[in-house]
Amino acid sequence: MRRRCRILGCALAATVIAMAAAADTAWSQPQSGIVRPTTEPASPSLELGAQLFAGNCASCHGISGSGISSPRPGAGGILGQGPPLRGVGALAADFYLRTGYMPLSSPHDQPGPDRVLFTNTEIASLVKYVASLGGGPPVPRPNPAAGSISEGAQLFTLHCAGCHQELARGGFVTGAVVPPLQTVKATQIAEAVRIGPYLMPRFSRNEISDAQLNSIIRYVLSTRHPTNRGGWGIGNLGPIPEGLVTWWIAVPLLLLSCLAVGRRMRRS
Amino acid sequence: MKLWQWLFALIVGRILRRRSPPEEPRQKPERIVPVGSPQRRAENLVLVFLGLAVVFALGFIVVYGQFSPRGMSNSLLGITLGGSLLWIALALTVVAKRLVVTEELEDDYPEQHPEKQREVVQIVHESGSRITRKRLLVGAGAAAGGTLGLAALTPVLSLGPVWDTDPLDETPWRRGVRLVDDEGTPLRADDIQHQSFYTAFAEGADKELLGNSLVVIRLDPDKLHLPHGRSDWALYGIMAYSKICTHAGCAVALYRNPKFPAVQPSPALVCPCHYSTFDPFTGGQVVYGPAGRPLPQLPLMIDDEGYLRAAGNFSARVGPSWWNVRERPTNA
Repeated sequence: MRRRCRILGCALAATVIAMAAAADTAWSQPQSGIVRPTTEPASPSLELGAQLFAGNCASCHGISGSGISSPRPGAGGILGQGPPLRGVGALAADFYLRTGYMPLSSPHDQPGPDRVLFTNTEIASLVKYVASLGGGPPVPRPNPAAGSISEGAQLFTLHCAGCHQELARGGFVTGAVVPPLQTVKATQIAEAVRIGPYLMPRFSRNEISDAQLNSIIRYVLSTRHPTNRGGWGIGNLGPIPEGLVTWWIAVPLLLLSCLAVGRRMRRS
Repeated sequence: MKLWQWLFALIVGRILRRRSPPEEPRQKPERIVPVGSPQRRAENLVLVFLGLAVVFALGFIVVYGQFSPRGMSNSLLGITLGGSLLWIALALTVVAKRLVVTEELEDDYPEQHPEKQREVVQIVHESGSRITRKRLLVGAGAAAGGTLGLAALTPVLSLGPVWDTDPLDETPWRRGVRLVDDEGTPLRADDIQHQSFYTAFAEGADKELLGNSLVVIRLDPDKLHLPHGRSDWALYGIMAYSKICTHAGCAVALYRNPKFPAVQPSPALVCPCHYSTFDPFTGGQVVYGPAGRPLPQLPLMIDDEGYLRAAGNFSARVGPSWWNVRERPTNA
């Protein structure tokens, strides 16, 4: 009798699991692409932000941005996992969405500059919504024109060039790719310094003041079209390609001097 | 085989060679290479070039003994060594172009033909007919080559005991020295925030000293696993490490600082030159890259006013490693 009970229980459990799985596939969302409400308002609104968040962000960041610390199956069967967004403020949301860092197809991918998948209205709505989840810094308004390029270059060398390279061409740190900064806008640079996206350290006002930040932004913007005093930038990538080019010049010179010094042997 | 066995074999070989019967005197063969007219000007030029090579090679030795961040520039090392090689190359060029009488060889190089081989030897011998001051030229060449070889060996002296290299390892850190930022402002413990990193120097010390610069970070004190005896080195999780990589001496200017550690690489200090990666939680252990030993850690304390001060010297020698670096204590 007891045994039959156990079998029955097992069968019941199996049915429930099968139903849950079926429901999951039925409700699951497409693996890629943005989930949008059928009618989208023309101007940014908190409601649109909430809808977009539920459809595109909540699978990793949790319902109303509470975060998911241990992996949990979310939309599209992807194991969702992500940090809480309460208190990150408009600044972080604006940065991650306007640079294409988010949305991410898998929580294990490295977020980086990518195609921006939301429209301006949608981003503004999402930023509004994330800001409403809890306090946090607003979107900064840097004024790079007030900064000085030379001060910026100095500060960039001290704080940023280790990873981003002297002319902000990007590079690597063990375990991550460091993005180049030529296409990043002033506001997003200011935001990145304060957040420290992914593996980047964050810098407080104490360490880099807003005035210093203006200088850094002005310098970074100037690296889009650097003045190459040598005449040829060689991609502005630094000493290794420059050394390579030097060798390409040096080797023919050495060959020429060999030709000048020696004489070809005549054979009969 | 041991060195003395080699020497013995060499000496015996020399003696046997001496005792072998002298070659039969041959009658002087007919010249193959025409006698060239002496070129005293070219000879003088070669002597000048070789002399310059000697001067540059000696210059390298002097520069090697003298260069320092405040004194002679280390770019002189390259200039002198490269210059010496260049002058020797120019001297050899002049010898080849002007002094050696050349005779074109029309056949392939003879291999097993004693008669032809003798001819070749004769050609080589006779090519020098223009040279009037053979001993002087050979002497100058030997001097240039010798001084250049000496210059190449000079760096060996750095191993000691001739030159005292200890000052290179001296650090300004002693118990009670305050940490200041690059503008000289003293750092407070409160200034050091989580998820950021700071560069610090010893108050009043030369910033260019290898053992001066620090990278200061703050981590969760509960997650630290510092080596034995360092339990009180990181108050409130604030830690200071030497900013000089133990591999090749670059500045450890990268701080890997994950925002969501669940899916991101763990925090680490990274050197941008060859990507040596150090784990700050375990006292600077190497987790990746070519560095062979941990990043030296500086014990910290906080004074009554809240300023960060050193509580002693580094845990190990600062800077690039050499073979017995672990055995040498830190200089106070």
